[in-house]
Amino acid sequence: MSTQEISLEELRQRQSRFRGLEAGHRACLGCGQALAARWVLEAAGPDVVVANATGCLEVFTTPWPESAWRVPWLHSLFENTGAVAAGLEAALKVQGKTAKALAFAGDGGTFDIGFQALSGLLEREHDVLYVCYDNEGYMNTGVQRSGSTPHAAATTTSPAGRARLGKRHLKKDILAIIASHHIAYAATASIAYPEDLKRKVRQALLITGPTFLHLHAPCPLGWGHDGSLSVEVARLAVQTGLFPLIEMERGQVIGVMPLRTIRPVADYLKLQGRFGHLFRDDPRAREELEHLQALADHNIEVFNLRADRPDPADSEGADTVRRGRRRF
Amino acid sequence: MRQALEGSQAIAQAVALCRPGVVAAYPITPQTHIVENLAKLVADGKLKCELVSVESEHSAASVVLGAAAAGVRAYTASASQGILLMAEVLYNIAGLRVPVVLTCANRAVSAPLSIWNDHQDSMAVRDSGWIQLYCADNQQAVDTTIQAFRLAETLELPVMVCVDGFVLTHTLEPLDLPEQAQVDAFLPPYRFSRVLDPHHPLTLGTLVSPDDYTEVRYAHHRAMLRALDVIPEVDAAWQQITGRSTGGLIAVEGPEEARVGILTLGSVFGTLADARQLADAPVKLIHLRSFRPFPVAALQRACQGLTELIVLERAFSPGAGGIVGAEARAALMELEHPPRVHNFAVGLGGRDVPLEILERLLAATGSEPTRFAIFDVDLSRLPEEER
Ligand SMILES: Cc1ncc(C[n+]2csc(CCOP(=O)(O)OP(=O)(O)O)c2C)c(N)n1
Repeated sequence: MSTQEISLEELRQRQSRFRGLEAGHRACLGCGQALAARWVLEAAGPDVVVANATGCLEVFTTPWPESAWRVPWLHSLFENTGAVAAGLEAALKVQGKTAKALAFAGDGGTFDIGFQALSGLLEREHDVLYVCYDNEGYMNTGVQRSGSTPHAAATTTSPAGRARLGKRHLKKDILAIIASHHIAYAATASIAYPEDLKRKVRQALLITGPTFLHLHAPCPLGWGHDGSLSVEVARLAVQTGLFPLIEMERGQVIGVMPLRTIRPVADYLKLQGRFGHLFRDDPRAREELEHLQALADHNIEVFNLRADRPDPADSEGADTVRRGRRRF
Repeated sequence: MRQALEGSQAIAQAVALCRPGVVAAYPITPQTHIVENLAKLVADGKLKCELVSVESEHSAASVVLGAAAAGVRAYTASASQGILLMAEVLYNIAGLRVPVVLTCANRAVSAPLSIWNDHQDSMAVRDSGWIQLYCADNQQAVDTTIQAFRLAETLELPVMVCVDGFVLTHTLEPLDLPEQAQVDAFLPPYRFSRVLDPHHPLTLGTLVSPDDYTEVRYAHHRAMLRALDVIPEVDAAWQQITGRSTGGLIAVEGPEEARVGILTLGSVFGTLADARQLADAPVKLIHLRSFRPFPVAALQRACQGLTELIVLERAFSPGAGGIVGAEARAALMELEHPPRVHNFAVGLGGRDVPLEILERLLAATGSEPTRFAIFDVDLSRLPEEER
């Protein structure tokens, strides 16, 4: 593998849009993570160093001797990404370098096994942007449930059957946990709203200190929908209120993406095989559907997502509007 | 300059003399004094580095991995449960060929819980692909720590410096701390060939298929074997500057013509050396400074002419027996006249290794060789059915 010295300025000029993650990797068709990572790096630019957790993103981008990354990139293990990124940052700081350390991990690597290292990273205030690519399950190992898998979703370790209707537990509210570390900026974003996503990356990178981005990224294989529907599915997660797009500063919600048209959760769920069992003729299934609708309604109330009046800045969809803050 | 220092304090000062960019650690007895001393040096402005007080040993190892890959000299220290918690990362650091240095303040592994010294912790990670060097005294701990950085960075292999917990870490000894200028002359600025740099983006830690995995492992093994040459070279270079040698791979003490040898690792060597002088016993003491790589040829040379070799170790593999003993026996089989090997585990979980042990060991060589035994088991302390 040959690489060539090239200045950052030159690189920026050659590529009007910086592509940190190149095409030609081995992600599935319609992979949400692949899209998300490309946009994150498009916004972050080339002056970064990435620590990447074990998981799909790591595996499909780096089958030796190939690599899809155009940024310096290090994969160590599954659960230590927060700590590896802390090490990168400490070293960059000691050397007086401007590069920003980024941490990339899946929901398993973030909510579950890597949570301790992440918490330490935030508590010690390392200057790192941690991006969680949330596909709501351990996809790399074949779609097992994680702490992020939504309630009632079927996975290979929370299958739906006669006795059980998918995962029995709730999706962990990771942002609330992150927020209680009092970090300067934490936000959710979705691949259905790329401009919003990229703005949030830039916003996070303006800050010196730990920041956290929770990216919702559908997995066609694991969720059981057509690859061509990934963006649509992601959009519905937002529009139903199941995955609200919010921004937090020091634990306070400072912006939410308002929903002009609120969709029923069934519109989102019925596109996905993992929720197929909820549409059986079964009173328990109906009860679960109601439960999920109640979760969405709760989000809509708590975060005040309803856009009750037309926003003058809202020309197209909901995706570029924020309340109370400037547009990027 | 000769001064009386506690082992941990001396090690911390030796680390500081190497000008690390990042130090990350998590406290565990008996390693704590090392990192506390480093923290004090940082607080006093005597050491300029990023001190990352992590939330676990897993993270300590991960932080130094990231830091070394991003271009700075990095150091950590641990012991016992901490080493085991790090184990996954230790393999990863070695496989990535990232040159970090770790002090293992050797301690027994729970259960039963014991904070006292033996070598079960470092032995548990002997196959992780780290160079492992054992120190017989605190002067060696200082010199080996400094040599470790040069070794690691020359070979792009991590180095674990094993120092007996309490026996060395908490003991005041007179020793020579080198001058900063001596260390600067010995240790070039940190360099890592695959540094993570936005100007020259590299991908580290890829997924390797069966087509290449064997070759990567081969390369790692070869690098470890190359250390068999580099360890003595680095020791010789250190000796040129300071006049002190740590013995390279293996240090030998005692009469050349001795027929009985004792092979050991760590501070027990010092005990035996004192005992040998007191009794004027005709034994050759062999200190296995480098356990990884295992110095087969050097050991064979050291054992030339011996009829009896006693291998003393402070760990074992339950259900199998001695670890060092088995490796030494295998190495010596290639000799035309291999010595008979008597293998004992001693000093487990801090059990004292007194001077009188020498006499009792020598007596043991009179009978048939002991393939493996735990020395000094007091059966009266066990319930009847466990004896
Ligand atoms: C310590 C450890 N346990 C388990 C695994 C196996 N493993 C590799 S990736 C993975 C799941 C990854 O899930 P997630 O973080 O959600 O990322 P995704 O693949 O879904 O993007 C698991 C369980 C591992 N590599 N290391």
